Order: sequence, then structure tokens, then C-alpha cells
Amino acid sequence: MTDPKVLILRTAGTNCDEETAYAWEQAGARTQRVHVRELTDRPAMLGEFAILTLPGGFSYGDDISAGKILASQLTSHLADAVRSFVATGRLVLGICNGFQVLVKAGLLPGPAAQAGGDPLADQSVTLTHNDSARFEARWVHLRSSRESAFLPADTVLAMPIAHGEGKLVCRDDTVRRRLADDGHIALTYCNADGRPGPYPINPNGSEADIAGLTDATGRILGLMPHPERHVQPTQHPAWTGSPPACSDGRVLFECAVRTARTL
Amino acid sequence: MGCPAIPQAEGAGSMTGSGSDRPTLWRIGVSPREAALDAQGASVLRDIHELGLPDVARVATTRLVLVEGSLAKDAVERIAASLLADPITETYTIRQGGDDRSLPGAGFDAAVEVHLKGGVMDPVAGSTLAAVADLGLAVDGLAIATARLYRITGTRSIQEAELIARRLLFNDCIEDVHLSGFGRHDPRPEHLPVAPVREFKLRHIPLRELDEAALRRLSRDAHLFLSLPEMRTLQTHYRKLDRDPTDLEIEMLAQTWSEHCVHKTLKSAVVYTGEPFPPGSGVRQAIDDAGRAKVTYDNLLKDTIARATHELMTSGRVDWCLSVFEDNAGIITFDDRYAVAFKVETHNHPSAIEPYGGAATGIGGVIRDVLGCGLGAKPVANTDVFCFAPPDFPMDLLPKGILHPRRIFKGVVAGVRDYGNRMGIPTVNGAICFDDRYLGNPLVFCGCLGLIPRDRIHKAPRPGDRIVVIGGRTGRDGIHGATFSSAELTDTHADEFSHAVQIGDAITEKKVLDAMLRARDHASGCLYSAVTDCGAGGLSSAVGEMAATLGAEVELSEVPLKYAGLRYDEIWISEAQERMVLAVPPENWDTLRAICAAENVEATEIGTFRDDGRLIVRYRGTQVGDLDMHFVHEGIPKGQREAIWPAGASPSTTDRRPATVENLLRDLSALNASSKEWVIRQYDHEVQGGSVIKPLVGPGQGPSDAAVIRPRLDSARGVAIANGMHGRLADVDPYWMAAAAIDEAVRNIVCVGGDPRRTAILDNFCWGNCEDPRTMGALVRACQGCYDAAIAHGTPFISGKDSLNNEFALDPADAARLAERMPLHNNRVRIPSTLLISAIGVIDDVHRCVTMDAKRMADGSSFYFVGLDVDAWPRVDLARAAALHRGVADLIAAGLVLAAHDCGEEGILMALAEMALAGRCGIRADLGALDPLAPVVTGYILQSPADPQQLAARLEGPGLAVHRIAQPADDLAFTWLCRDGQFTTDVPTLDAAWRSPLAW
Repeated sequence: MTDPKVLILRTAGTNCDEETAYAWEQAGARTQRVHVRELTDRPAMLGEFAILTLPGGFSYGDDISAGKILASQLTSHLADAVRSFVATGRLVLGICNGFQVLVKAGLLPGPAAQAGGDPLADQSVTLTHNDSARFEARWVHLRSSRESAFLPADTVLAMPIAHGEGKLVCRDDTVRRRLADDGHIALTYCNADGRPGPYPINPNGSEADIAGLTDATGRILGLMPHPERHVQPTQHPAWTGSPPACSDGRVLFECAVRTARTL
Repeated sequence: MGCPAIPQAEGAGSMTGSGSDRPTLWRIGVSPREAALDAQGASVLRDIHELGLPDVARVATTRLVLVEGSLAKDAVERIAASLLADPITETYTIRQGGDDRSLPGAGFDAAVEVHLKGGVMDPVAGSTLAAVADLGLAVDGLAIATARLYRITGTRSIQEAELIARRLLFNDCIEDVHLSGFGRHDPRPEHLPVAPVREFKLRHIPLRELDEAALRRLSRDAHLFLSLPEMRTLQTHYRKLDRDPTDLEIEMLAQTWSEHCVHKTLKSAVVYTGEPFPPGSGVRQAIDDAGRAKVTYDNLLKDTIARATHELMTSGRVDWCLSVFEDNAGIITFDDRYAVAFKVETHNHPSAIEPYGGAATGIGGVIRDVLGCGLGAKPVANTDVFCFAPPDFPMDLLPKGILHPRRIFKGVVAGVRDYGNRMGIPTVNGAICFDDRYLGNPLVFCGCLGLIPRDRIHKAPRPGDRIVVIGGRTGRDGIHGATFSSAELTDTHADEFSHAVQIGDAITEKKVLDAMLRARDHASGCLYSAVTDCGAGGLSSAVGEMAATLGAEVELSEVPLKYAGLRYDEIWISEAQERMVLAVPPENWDTLRAICAAENVEATEIGTFRDDGRLIVRYRGTQVGDLDMHFVHEGIPKGQREAIWPAGASPSTTDRRPATVENLLRDLSALNASSKEWVIRQYDHEVQGGSVIKPLVGPGQGPSDAAVIRPRLDSARGVAIANGMHGRLADVDPYWMAAAAIDEAVRNIVCVGGDPRRTAILDNFCWGNCEDPRTMGALVRACQGCYDAAIAHGTPFISGKDSLNNEFALDPADAARLAERMPLHNNRVRIPSTLLISAIGVIDDVHRCVTMDAKRMADGSSFYFVGLDVDAWPRVDLARAAALHRGVADLIAAGLVLAAHDCGEEGILMALAEMALAGRCGIRADLGALDPLAPVVTGYILQSPADPQQLAARLEGPGLAVHRIAQPADDLAFTWLCRDGQFTTDVPTLDAAWRSPLAW
């Protein structure tokens, strides 16, 4: 079986593409960093890849709002290509700014209700300014609630966040219920024991402590924290004292590579 | 309320066009759907309460987007709905026309609307325009601007709203404000600003006939800031040429000869008299009968700082320096294939006037220094160090023309945050110092570390290479940056120099970075033969520097402009952010252009390098400048300075304080020592994934001594980054201040596992006016201290920078009020002489690194104070201190240390307390005869499982002392026994005291 190929999409302001490539490669994948311009010119190239990753950064400076302009480009130029990519069972991962893009492009929590119209208008959740009204970098714990292409069920993982607009807000109660009932809530903020709590355990004020979402298939995952920043022991803040048993970010990349190998 | 009324802006002043035939302006307002989602408004409200206006109940924010062009209503609707407003959290309104007479609106008492002045960089507008095009809408002739609207409930008068606006919401020098409420409504502009077009007319300056007074006047009025001898040198040069200079030539010479560009004070010949240098100093001093020393320096910088590096390299003590003092940054060996480049810059004057833009362009500038070093280094870490007046400085003492320190603090942090985070460069190390005397001249030091392949270090343009500019365009917003930064500030500087203040655009710089690294690493080899950044001085200094020996010819009408209408001399001298200049061999130009196009980076050829040392500048074919490059770079007359430091004035001793709980808690919660977490967490310190030792460490998140990063994820090699600064000694003796700053920087590197034998340092001098012999004397003593300490520690200086004239001339009434609080010099606030030493140390294996947090589970371990047996603070025995640092580095490398923390000025007990709170670990200490709160000249606290004999055996050399002082406890109690008695507190109390002052 060949190692799965990962397309790492970058554009002006993407800035976590290199360490994300490194994380995928550590997990056994091959990677290629591709500028959105190149992909827009040749959307068919997506066919060569098993996994599409939208890494962190400040695409277009997060001008207007985080991820908004890249989301608009995706829906204007790449909507069909991405849709058929997912329809053929392949995986999409959005980290931090990439998660913001997926949400604002209407790809997360998922396309179910999208019959016609401007897909951007059909966005059902958003990621907005942290309650603290400022950018914050800190380590958090996450709990995975369900098994998916990317994650084993019921695991607590440690990794850092670094964002100013990570507070997840739902359009209304219907959406809130649907997220919970349909298993869209992939990751929630928690303490080291896996229990929820106020700031800073939930670092941004996200509804229902949501840190990451999947679509209905579990093959698109978006999360605000940075798994690629915890794939080596020396990245963990406590490694000089009581280091953790494993580098938790690897869990996600390795699980996804295992899934991709079965495609 | 004591603040002048805000002038009602007339449209946007001179930048407004005539208008009647211009298309409609659409005003789109985007607001949070409900108050609970208005985090920005809530944050402004907290700031208003801090201003002392508790009755203000609510602030609602709206982002305004002004769109001018022939768009139909439904197109505007589409822009608002699918691009500007978030469908979940925001709503929008659309109005035709620029004004909204319904403001402040129901439920609000006042509205404050802030527009950027014409010509000020508006990155959001640029991105929005591109995104509108992406929606498939026609954008020809479309113009976009952004603005901010704040609506306020609970304010009592329009004057109070004005006060809020002035103190918190806008800055006169880049923004216009429009108020509504209490019966007042300032009309908003009906059109976006348009730059005035200036006719081309070649201007000559009649320099040859001017007398002495006229030369002085020309220097001041044209903002040249040249001395009389320098003006005379210019005059003689042009008399010899038998012609008058063009304005462009004079401007270029003034910039090249500015303090900012040429560091003429540090390079001047100096005669020093006064306090002798201590025995053991490498200085040649003659001491007269009265005990006064006399020292003559030919070139202060060369004879002290550069001399240290030169001697360390030629003696073979240091064999890992690859490029020192000659490039934009210093470069040292990292491993067989890579090197690291390091540079620290200041951006003080711009940050005083516009803290956000000043700090952002400061960090942007130093990143370009690193990117323009060699053939381009990839930035891998940033540092920042700030000096401010205390954030609780009384509002009613604030002089005219000065922003409140709290606002400067917040603005500077936000500027560094937004630029550094957007660039994707981790900000890993820093410090903040508070002193009243930074009131008018806050200091903003920005540093950048880069990684560069060793075969990309050397560069040289070749005759015939094309001169190519890439990145940001030129506007009027950067004129006189270099000369301005060399001047003293006054209460009118904000008006006079608003043209020198710029707003950064990080994403443009990120694109330049991406494109340049692709071109550098191209399969066929680097596509350019030289590169430099466009700093203050714009093309004039960038091209001038690259063409220093070759000469060049440039056609200014090719330079891409932000807007039409710039004069030729403005194009030449205006600083453009986010721009680099490349020397491109003609055969590579097409490939380079294609790479830039793929990255959406504008690349333009503007000229060619010559081979005869002449610089010819043309505008639309007409020659506007013809300069001999040798005169430009070597013609400046050498300065002569007098320096005095009165003999016998130093040093003083401090009063001894008993080590009570109260005194310890007071020290921990002093502004300078307290937690800077509020700042640190706003910086992304982990992007790029290389973070090994973070700025906050341990379960209690205590203050790390230094940061360690791993710039290549597939290698275990790392770089430690630290700084040292010793403001307290500035007034005592700058010689010992310099020695202490270097010692502290080295100690900090050692504390995380670095090695002084692999450590390089940088100097940044921020001083007052060195025309004053006493201020110059302070500079000489500091430079000599730098030499002696660098030689003792074996740490070469690899680069440096200075910023002089950090003084603020007060108006007399303000001076009278301030004199009671702080020392003034002729109605001037002068900063304390400030020397920042930044250090980098290469670490072979990051797995050997340690952190400063006390380790709880370490049964059988003890805490040791390791230092010198004779402590005559602030005098230090440099040789013994250097042996101490090497010894401790060896102990850590041998794996004998669980935790290490710097112990210096703040004393032993404070260092222990910080280790306890960082480790959330109780400590029981018995300090014996040691003085717990007294400053220590140099030392460490080490937590180690070894016994004292084992440690002492590895610390070779005389004069070193090892004291076992404490054990970790299995609870949170923090107790100490000392000559003042027995005392007990606990870790949560220490922690709360340490966090309290800046827990914003």
C-alpha cells in the first residue's frame, strides 16, 4: 500500500503549512504544498490526493473576518471539486484558520441542508471573537466524543490553541440540537481529567465547549487547536518536568493516515 | 477636561477631490447581532471605566466599509451579505451617501466615527477590494475604505465623548474623527480621499551661496538634521562641482548621513575624561594627579565593541562567527549546512506617536532586515523588549503631545502581536521595564532570528544586474523616517512628523517572504545576486547601499505607487514597508517574475547597476540626480566628541531591607518583576512548531529565563534566545550597567542549557542627546564595559544598533508640573541611558535543556545558590563570573541539574519564590548568613540531586561559592529561615502577588 498523499493548501498569510507537512510526514504520509491559485487553475489535481489540509495562519490577514476571504474563494472556484473529493470518501482537515475557512464555506458542520442558493448564506455556525476580545496562545485539553476518520472515541488530548476568533456560535437552537444529535461535535474543551469547565479550560467562550466539528460522514474535521504543534515530546510545556506518555497531536495524524490507507 | 477640542475634519482635508462628477459612495455598516456578541465593544467599555468614567453603560461597535464606484444597489447588497457580514453573528445596513444623520441612534447618547486620513495604509480595504473582484463583480474604478463607529450609552456630554475618543479611540496623526450626539453632528465626507497630483518640476537648492545661519536653517526646516560641519562639507562639494544640488540629492545625502543610517556618534573620535576604568579593563588610560582618567578613542565603536569581536575571532577563542557588523544582521554557525542570523532594532519615535503602527512597522522592519541578510534568511523567532512609563502614571500630569503610557503599552503590544502573529513567526522572548523617564520616549526593541543556508550568506550585485523592487508600493506615508528618528521629540512632533508614521501590512510582507525564499532556493540556484530591505530612507538608502561601489541608474517613473501624484524626490526617499530590492542578473528576470506572479507579489524593474561608481537618477527620462557614490558613503566629516563622567560619583550602595513576607511580596508585585502573562499570551509563541522552552514554564507558568527553539524540526539542535538589561545601574555607573547586562544575558542563556562558549550578543543603545558631554560620557563607559565583559565571557558582538536623542522637550508649564515627579534637563525629559543586550546560543541537543520551575517529584534534591564568594554589587570580577557561567553550563550539560534560575539584581529569595510558583511546589529554605533580598552581582539557583561537593568539584577556579539553601516540600508552604528570623507564606500567595499588577 502506498503512503497517502496530502495536499496542503496555502495562500497569502498561511503560516502553519511547513509544520503541518512535517506532522503528516511523521505519521507516514507524503505531502505537497499547493498555492490556492494553482489549485484554482487546475482543480482536477485534487484527484491525486487522499487528504486535503487547510492549515493555520491568517489567510489574507483575516481581513474582513477570520478565514472569510479564502472561504469565499473556495465557494466561488472550488466548491464542486471539494464536494466530489469528499463524496469519493477522501478526507479534509482544517486546523485553526483552516477550520474557520471550512465553517465559513459551509463545509462544516455539513452540507445536509444546502439546497441551492449562495452556500455562504447557508453557513449554520460561525467562529467569532474570543470572549476576551484578544488573541490568546495557551495549551488546552480536548475530549474526542466520537470515533471518526481522524480520532478514536473518548480520548483526552493536549495541544495548544493560538487564535483570536475561535468562539463557536450556532445560528439557533435547531442548529445547536442538530450538532449534538447528529454527532457533529468531534472535540470539546475540557480539563486534564476530561471534564468541562469555565475559562481558561474553555479558552474562548465556545458554545457547548466546542473545539472541533465533523461533517455527517466524519471525513471532514475542523478544529481550532493545533495538533501539528504536539508531535514531538519537546513541544509539550511540561517535558522538562513530568512529560506526557505520548505526543497527542500524532494520534490525529496517524489515525487519519490509517483511514486513508484503507481508501 | 484639559484637552484641546478636536478639530472638525473638513472632509479629508487636502486629499479630497472636487467630487461632483464622481460616483456614489455606499456606506455599509456591519454590527454584532446582539450586545453579547460585541466583544470589542465590551473591551472598549472596560477601557472607558479605567479612564474613570464608571457611568458609561455600553459601547456598541460597527465596522464601516465605504465603497465608491458605479455599483448597483444589488451588487452592494451582495458584497455586504456574502462577504462582509457574518451570517450568524452580524447584521448589516446599507446607505447611499457617506453620512448617517440618524446617529447616534436610539438608545445611544453619542457616536464616535473614526476614518483613516487620506494616504494612510488600509490593508483591510485592499483585501476587500480583491475579494469583491473574486465575487465576479467589476472593480474597475472601484475604491474602498474602512472606518470604525462606536456608539456610546451613558456618556454625559459631547465633551466627554470627545475625551473618550481622544484618549482611547483614535489618533490624530493618522485618523480623523467625526462625532454625533448632544445636538452636534459632524458631517462625514461624501467621497473617498484622492491624492493631489503634483506637476513635475526639477528643483535645485541654492546651497552654494548660503551663509552659516542659512545653512543651519535649511538643515532644520527641510528636516535634514545635519550639523553645521556636515552642511559645510556638502556646500564645499557642490562648489567644487560648480553647480547646485537637486532637492533629491540633498535629501539622499541627509538620509545617508543621518544618525539612523550611519551611527556617526558611535563612530566618532572621542576624548573621555573622568572616573577611571577599573583595574583589569582593556582600556589604555592615563590617570592624572587628581585621579582623573583620560582616554582617547579614534572610533568609539571600532575601539570597543567591534574590537572585542575582532580579538575573540583572531585569537581563535571563537571560530563560529560567519558575518559580523557588515550585513543587515549578524550571522553565526548553526550546523554544517545552516547558520543563524540575528538582529534587534528599535522603533522608538514612531511608537511614541502612533504606538500600534509604530510597533508593527518596527517588527516588520527587523523581519525584513533578516530577510535581507545574506541572500535571505528565513525568520524563525521574534523578540521584543519595551520600556514605558508606569501604566498608572497620573492622567493629570500628562504633558501636551504625549500619549498616556497605558495606551502606548496596549498599542505597542497590539502592534507587535498583529504583525508577528500574521507573519507566522513565534515571539518567544522579551522584557518590559518601567521608569517615569520613558514618558515621552517609550522604547520599542524588536528582534528577529533567521535561519539561512551557509551557501547563501554572501552577496554582491554585479554590473548589469537589474534593480528589481518587490512587495509594497510607495506612498507619501514614509517620508523622512530616517532623519525623523534621529531628532529630539517635542510637543508638536505629532503634527510635524505624521508623514513619518506608517501602518504595517503583514500579509504583503508574508507574500514577499514566500516569494523570496522560493527564488533563493530555486533549482537553478539563487535567482538574484544581492538583496536588501527598504528601511527608513526608502529606495534612496536601499539602492544607495547596494550600489555603494558599483553605482547604478534608476528610472523613478517605473516605481509602483500607492496613488498617483508623488513627486520624484518623494518616490526616491519615502520609506515603503514590506518592500525589498533585488539585484537580478538579466537571464533570471523572467523566472523571478513568474515566481512573484504565482505568489501575487508585485515585481518591477526600475534600473541597472553600473560599474563606474556613479548613481544617475531619472524621472520620465529627465536626470534629477547624479551622485558620486564614494562621496555619498565616505564624504561625511568625522565627528569629534567630548565625554565626561565625573570621578568618584559611583557607585552607591542600597539600604538593606529585612527579608519579611511583606517585603518579598512587595518585590514580587513590583511592575518590573511581575508577570507579563497578559502580554505573552497575545503572541503566538509556538507557530512553526519549534518551541522547546516557552516564555512561561512549569505547571504554575512562571517566568522562563530564556526561550529555546528548534528551527529545523528534523534536527535536535536548538537556539537559546535571551536578553539582559540593567536600568537600575544607568545612573550609578554605565560601565557596570553594561557588564551586568551582558552577564545577565549570558546567565539567562546558561539557565536553559546554553553554553557561553557558543553564545553571541547584540547591543542596542538608547541614549539621550550625546552633544551633552555627560551623556556621551555615559555612552563611553557603557561601550568600554561592553568590551571588557565581552572579552571576559568570550561572547562576540555580531551586530548592533543605536537610537540617540531620546529626549522630549516639554512646554514650560508642563515642565513646571513634572519637575516635582522626575528629574528634567532644560525642560526636557531624558530617558535613562538604556543598553539592551540580546543573546543567542546554539545548543547541540535540546533534550538537555532545563527550565526554571522547581520540580516537585524530585525526592532527595536540594536547591543551591551558586555564585561568587565576594559580592561587591554592582562591581563584578569579570573573569570569575565567566568561569562561573562555564561551570554551571557544564553541570547542566552533565545532567546534574533539574531546574536552573537566574539570580541577580532581585536577590536570592525572590529567585527561589519564582521557582516555587512556577513549579507549584513548596520550598523550605535555610539561608544561613546570606542576605535574602540583597542584589546579587551574579549567580544561579540550581535544583540538583547532587551533593555540594559534587557540584563544587565541577565548578573550577577560585572565588566561586556553593551554598545548599533549600529543599522542595511536598505541600505548598514556602518558608525561610535567615538572619532576620523565620518566615512562612505559601505558593498561592506568592503567585497572586506576582500576577496582580498586570492582570488586565
